[in-house]
Amino acid sequence: MSKTDFGPSIKSRPVYGVLTPRPGSSHLIVADGEGGAAVEALFAQAPEMKAKAHLIYIPGANGTDMSTAMAALGAGQYNRAPTYASVRSRIVKVLGDGHMGLQVYATGTESLMGQVQRDAMEAGLPHDAVQTEHRGSLARRVQCVHCKGITENVTTDPFVCSHCGLNLFVRDHYSRRLAAFQGVNIDAEDPGEVPPAEERFK
Amino acid sequence: MSVGAAKIPVVVTEVVEVNSLIKRFRFVREDGGQMPGFSGGAHTVVEMDDAGTRRLNPYSLMSDPGDRSGYEISVRRDDTGRGGSAYMHREVRPGMKMLISPPVNLFGLDLRAKKHLMIAGGIGITPFLAQMAQLDAMGARFELHYAARDRELGAYMPELSARYGDRVHRYYDAEGQAIDLTTLLAGQPLGTHLYVCGPKGMIGWVLKTAADLGWPAGAVHSEEFLAPPVGVPFTVELAASGKTITVGAAQSLLEAIEAAGVDAPYLCRGGACGQCETHVIACEGEIEHNDHWLTDDQKAGCRHIMPCVSRFKGAKLVLER
Ligand code: FES
Repeated sequence: MSKTDFGPSIKSRPVYGVLTPRPGSSHLIVADGEGGAAVEALFAQAPEMKAKAHLIYIPGANGTDMSTAMAALGAGQYNRAPTYASVRSRIVKVLGDGHMGLQVYATGTESLMGQVQRDAMEAGLPHDAVQTEHRGSLARRVQCVHCKGITENVTTDPFVCSHCGLNLFVRDHYSRRLAAFQGVNIDAEDPGEVPPAEERFK
Repeated sequence: MSVGAAKIPVVVTEVVEVNSLIKRFRFVREDGGQMPGFSGGAHTVVEMDDAGTRRLNPYSLMSDPGDRSGYEISVRRDDTGRGGSAYMHREVRPGMKMLISPPVNLFGLDLRAKKHLMIAGGIGITPFLAQMAQLDAMGARFELHYAARDRELGAYMPELSARYGDRVHRYYDAEGQAIDLTTLLAGQPLGTHLYVCGPKGMIGWVLKTAADLGWPAGAVHSEEFLAPPVGVPFTVELAASGKTITVGAAQSLLEAIEAAGVDAPYLCRGGACGQCETHVIACEGEIEHNDHWLTDDQKAGCRHIMPCVSRFKGAKLVLER
């Protein structure tokens, strides 16, 4: 069970667990922000997995940076990256070269976990083969259903689409393929009648 | 198939002796029409009238899913079983009319896979014959590892090698050949899905080895039809229909319910699909759970039974049926 309480929701909303060491030939671990603490907890449970682990760490968009601690954990291979987009081709390559038995772990924000899951699925793994653990910010990656543009790190609801400028209501409706929640225009019928933005995803 | 789905009246057009234990049967529709489409891994339930005993046995469809002109199955004769396979071998001849169910697939391919790795033991080859035809037509990547007791009993091996070349790997127990499973599974590219069909021991070995090597459960698929075991006759009360019936030694509980004229749901008749699950109202005795469906907790709880394969020993069993 997830350590974060997301409250009741619809079935499409992803749920997360707690990282547990699994048998495997190698381990790909991707973390952002506060997710670094979950990696520490994982390695503490099974120090023997470190040698076969490839750890990729991305400092949080909220400023949390555990990279010094991550570099010192002793993973067989360690990479630090500024954003998921900047390290995606490396992750896709590791998955593409990998063999069955490779374990995939993702921890930190929902945006990070969703994108790791999407890339693992594109590599042919079942979606539930990726272990996840939510840590830190609740900020969401949201697709505007109108212009299809994706806005990262959405913390308020409603928010303004960073691509087309519409006022979007953030739904719990989630796409695993896009690794994004869906944002729907909130003032389509009465343009300009927009409720005040609330900080729902701190 | 279960209640409501119309059976397909068919004519047997071919009966071929594949080897000393296996015969192949081809069915076409009596009305000359096309068979329903199916995907590789699907089975049909064949209805038999064995000297007054109605038998319904599931068999995997082995023909090419692209061929809607007929269905083919292969039946291995089991001389110690309840008689369904013996009936097929002994009585079924070209020209005979039979009833079969529309296809049901409980062992489908996951087409999101980057590669399909199939492991077959003996007659467990049949669903893979249809799956390979389907994958080959799609240009998908697959590999078969097929073990049989000896060359004589390795049904379809030469044909498969001729058609699919080095994608087919053959192993003969009698010649001391065995699948090097650990090496095989460890070397598969990420995104491979694993399928196994064969004897119980082989399925257990493959599932355990895959789990130990870190294969995710969602990438591993298996199919084993259980034949309802022969047992001691017992009595059952059917509460909803107000009947008390006796289940014979070579009869399954499901067959006894049907013989009493009570409609009961089913799909696989082999303890795998869950369709026949029935509530137990009262149980003074012990249910012999033979299915792959109920959880261990449910089995211990005496509240559920799978009538297609499970039996009972004791004073009283009342079912909500
Ligand atoms: S009919 Fe499938 S489990 Fe009984």
